[in-house]
Amino acid sequence: MDFSLNSEQILLKDTVTRFLGAHSPFESLAAARAEPFGWRSGVWQGMVELGLAGLPFAEDDGGFGGGPEEVMIVMEALGAAQPPEPYLTTAILGGTILKSASESARAGLIGQIAEGTLRLAVAWQEAATRWSADEITASAEPSGSGFLLSGRKAFVLDLAGASHVVIAARLGAGLGLFLAAADRLTGRTTGYATPDGRRAGDIDLGGLWLEADALIVAPDEGGEVLSRALDAAAAALACEAVGAMQAALDLTVEYLKTRKQFGVPIGSFQALQHRAADMFVALEQARSMAMRAIMAQSSLPSEASAREIAAAMVQIIDASRYIGQQAVQLHGGIGMTEEYRLGILFRRLTMIGRLFGDRDHFLDRLVAGPSLLERIEP
Amino acid sequence: MDLRLSAEDLAFRDELRAFLRASLPAPLARRLRTGGKASPEELRAWTRTLADRGWSVPHWPVEWGGTGWSPLRQMIFRDEVQQFPAPEPLSFGASMVGPVIYTFGSQAQKERFLPRIARLDDWWCQGFSEPEAGSDLASLRTRAEPAEGGWRITGQKAWTSLGQHANWIFVLARTDRTAKKQNGISFFLVPMDSPGLKLVPTELIDGSHEVNELFFDDVFVPDENVVGELNKGWDYARFLLSNERTGQARVGLAKARLRRIRELAAAPPDGGPAPLDHPAFQRRLAELEVQALALETTLLRIVASGGGEEGEANPVSSILKLRGSELQQATAELLLDVAGPAALVWPYGPGEGAPLWGADAAPTYFNLRKLSIYGGANEIQRTIVARSILGL
Ligand SMILES: Cc1cc2nc3c(=O)[nH]c(=O)nc-3n(C[C@H](O)[C@H](O)[C@H](O)COP(=O)(O)OP(=O)(O)OC[C@H]3O[C@@H](n4cnc5c(N)ncnc54)[C@H](O)[C@@H]3O)c2cc1C
Repeated sequence: MDFSLNSEQILLKDTVTRFLGAHSPFESLAAARAEPFGWRSGVWQGMVELGLAGLPFAEDDGGFGGGPEEVMIVMEALGAAQPPEPYLTTAILGGTILKSASESARAGLIGQIAEGTLRLAVAWQEAATRWSADEITASAEPSGSGFLLSGRKAFVLDLAGASHVVIAARLGAGLGLFLAAADRLTGRTTGYATPDGRRAGDIDLGGLWLEADALIVAPDEGGEVLSRALDAAAAALACEAVGAMQAALDLTVEYLKTRKQFGVPIGSFQALQHRAADMFVALEQARSMAMRAIMAQSSLPSEASAREIAAAMVQIIDASRYIGQQAVQLHGGIGMTEEYRLGILFRRLTMIGRLFGDRDHFLDRLVAGPSLLERIEP
Repeated sequence: MDLRLSAEDLAFRDELRAFLRASLPAPLARRLRTGGKASPEELRAWTRTLADRGWSVPHWPVEWGGTGWSPLRQMIFRDEVQQFPAPEPLSFGASMVGPVIYTFGSQAQKERFLPRIARLDDWWCQGFSEPEAGSDLASLRTRAEPAEGGWRITGQKAWTSLGQHANWIFVLARTDRTAKKQNGISFFLVPMDSPGLKLVPTELIDGSHEVNELFFDDVFVPDENVVGELNKGWDYARFLLSNERTGQARVGLAKARLRRIRELAAAPPDGGPAPLDHPAFQRRLAELEVQALALETTLLRIVASGGGEEGEANPVSSILKLRGSELQQATAELLLDVAGPAALVWPYGPGEGAPLWGADAAPTYFNLRKLSIYGGANEIQRTIVARSILGL
C-alpha cells in the first residue's frame, strides 16, 4: 500500500505545473480560445516537447512508457490551469483506442502522437445516444474495396483541431472503429464552442467512403475497445477534476482571507468557515476515489476497473458540483465574472459530469453489477 | 382554511390567461417558452401593452396606475405571467424605485417619474453595490458633496444590472461622513447621460453582458432629485431590498421551467433514451415539484397575512428570497441534466447559434448562480432569519 509519488513523479508534477504557469497562465486563455482551433499550436508543441503527448504509450510503440499514475499527475496539473489544448482527446481517449488497434494500423501513428503531429478526436456519440454506445446508429457497409458510412455524429470533442478522427459505426453485428484523416471530413462538420471554453462538433457521415485499412478495430472488438477508452478517459477526467477542485478551493480560501466586509475578513464568519471545510472534505473524498480509479487501471481486470472508475466518477461529479457552486457563492459577485480565474474552473467542473456520462449514467453502471464491496483482489 | 380559489378569482385567472394568449406576440411567446429572453424593445412594447390594459404595475396605488387588486390577485397575476411565460416587468422601476418614489418621494417626483416607469418610458437601474461594499452595503463610499442647487457625486458603483439599457439610475451616496455609517446615506435619482458618469461592461461566466461598473466623477444632481429626507436613504434602501426579495420567490417561473423539463424529459427532441423513464430522474423532478408547491403555499400564507407593514422591511421576505433562489437554481440544474450531452453546445463563439435545443441549459445554470448572491446573499438572509425572526 503506497499513496505517495516517487521522485520522478514529483519532478514530472513540478515540470508540468511550471510549464503551464509560464506558457498558459490564466490571462492567456481568452486569447487561446479565439485561435482558429480554439487552442495554441505553440503551447501544444511545448507539451509535446515535455513528452506529455507520448507519455501514456509504450516505448515499443514510440511512446514514453508512462502509466496511469503519470497520467494522473499530468491531468491534475491541466485541471488546475485549464489550457484548452486537446490532451485528453488525443493522448487518452483516442490514444487508448490506438493502443488496441492492430499492429499494422498503429505502426507509426503513436509515434506521431508523441511528436505532436497526430491529434485525435473520437466521434462516438450521436444526438440521441445519451452517453450509451449501445444507442449508436451510424453504420458502415462494405463497398468496393472499402466501406461506405452513413449517419451523423455529435458532440465530438476537440473536432476542430484534430488531424484524424476515430469514427464508431455499426458494422455487421458489431461496432467498427474507423480512422479518417480530418481532410476527408471537409464540408461534413459543424463546429461550436462548449460551455467549458473548448470546441466540439458534429459530423455528417452520409456517403463517406473509407478505404479498407481505415477500419483500425474490427467490429467484434470495437465495443469493448471503445468502452475501455472511455473508461480511461473518465479516469483521467476524474484527475483533471481533482486539479480543478483544488484550484477552486485554493482561490476560495485565499479570497476568504483577504476579502473584507463589515470590517473583517469574510473568512472570520463561521458560516463560511464551515462551508470551506465541507469543500475541503468533498475534495479529499473525491481525490481518494480518483486515486482508486488510477490504481485500478494497472491492478484490476478491465471489468472491475470499469466499476472503480464509475464509482470514482460518481464521487467526482458530486464534489465538482458542490465545490464549483460554493466557490462561486463564497466569492460573491466576483465569482460570476469571466475575468476572474474561478469562472473557467466552475464551468469545466460543471461539464466534467457531462462529457462521458452524468451521475445517473455512472450510478446505473454500478447498480447493474454486484456490490462494490465485493472487490476482486488483485 | 381553504386552499381553493373562489369562483371570482378563478374567473379572474381565466381572464388573465385569455389576455396573455391574445396579447403576447407569438414569436416572443415561443422564444420565452424555450428558454430565450425578451429584448429591451420587446419588453418596452409588452409593458405598454400591459399599461394600456391598466396592468403594468398592479401593486401600485390606484392613483399612480395600480389596479387595486387584492394581494391574492396580485399574486395570481404574477404567477400567471411567470408561468405563461410572458416577460416580467422591469423590476428596477416597477418594484424597486417606483414604490420608493410613491412612498417617500415628493409630489413632483411622483408626477414626473411614476407614469414613465409604468410604461417603461424610463429604464431604471440600481446603483447600490460598490466593489468594497457588497454584503456590507452600508459601508459604501460613493459620496455626494453639496453644490450650488444640488449635489456632486463621486465614486464607483459595481454590478449595475442592465445599466447599458438604462436612462436613469437610483444611487445611494454618502452625504454625511460624520454620522454612523447607516445614518449618513441619501437616495438620489440620476440621469444616465449626466456628464461625468461612465459605464464599463463586465462580462459574466454565462457569456452575457448583464452587469456594468459605473464611475461617477463629480456628477451633478439637482436638489429636486433627492428622494425623501436627506440622510434617510438607508431606510428607503432597506424597504426597497425587502420588496426585491419578495419578488424573488418567482414560483411561477420555476413551475414553467419544471413543465418544460418534464416535456423534454418525456420526449427528448433528438430522440433516444427518455430521462423521464429513469426512476432517479423521476424522483428529482418530483422533489422539485414538492419544493415549488411548498414555496407557493408559503408565499400564499405571507400574502394572506398581509405581508408586513406598508413601508417597512419584512424579515419574512428572506424566506422567499432563500427558497426562491434555491428553487430557481435547482430547476436550472435539472434542465442541464435533461439536456445531457446537448448542453455541450454553447450559444456563443464560433458556430454561434448552432440550433440545438440544449444550448440554453448551461448558460442558464451559470447565470442563475447570481440569485443566491444578489439582493442580499443567501448567507445574509439566513442571518436575518436567525436574528430578526428567531431572536438569536
Ligand atoms: C449578476 C449580478 C447582478 C447584480 N445586480 C446589481 C444591481 O443591479 N445593482 C446593485 O447595486 N448590485 C447588484 N449586484 C450586487 C450584489 O448585490 C452583490 O454582489 C451582493 O450584495 C454581494 O456582495 P459582494 O458581491 O461584494 O460579495 P461579498 O459581500 O464580498 O460576499 C462574499 C461572500 O461572503 C458572504 N458574506 C458576506 N458577509 C457575510 C456575513 N456577515 N456572514 C456570512 N457570510 C457573509 C457572502 O454571503 C458571500 O458568500 C449584482 C450582483 C450580481 C452577481
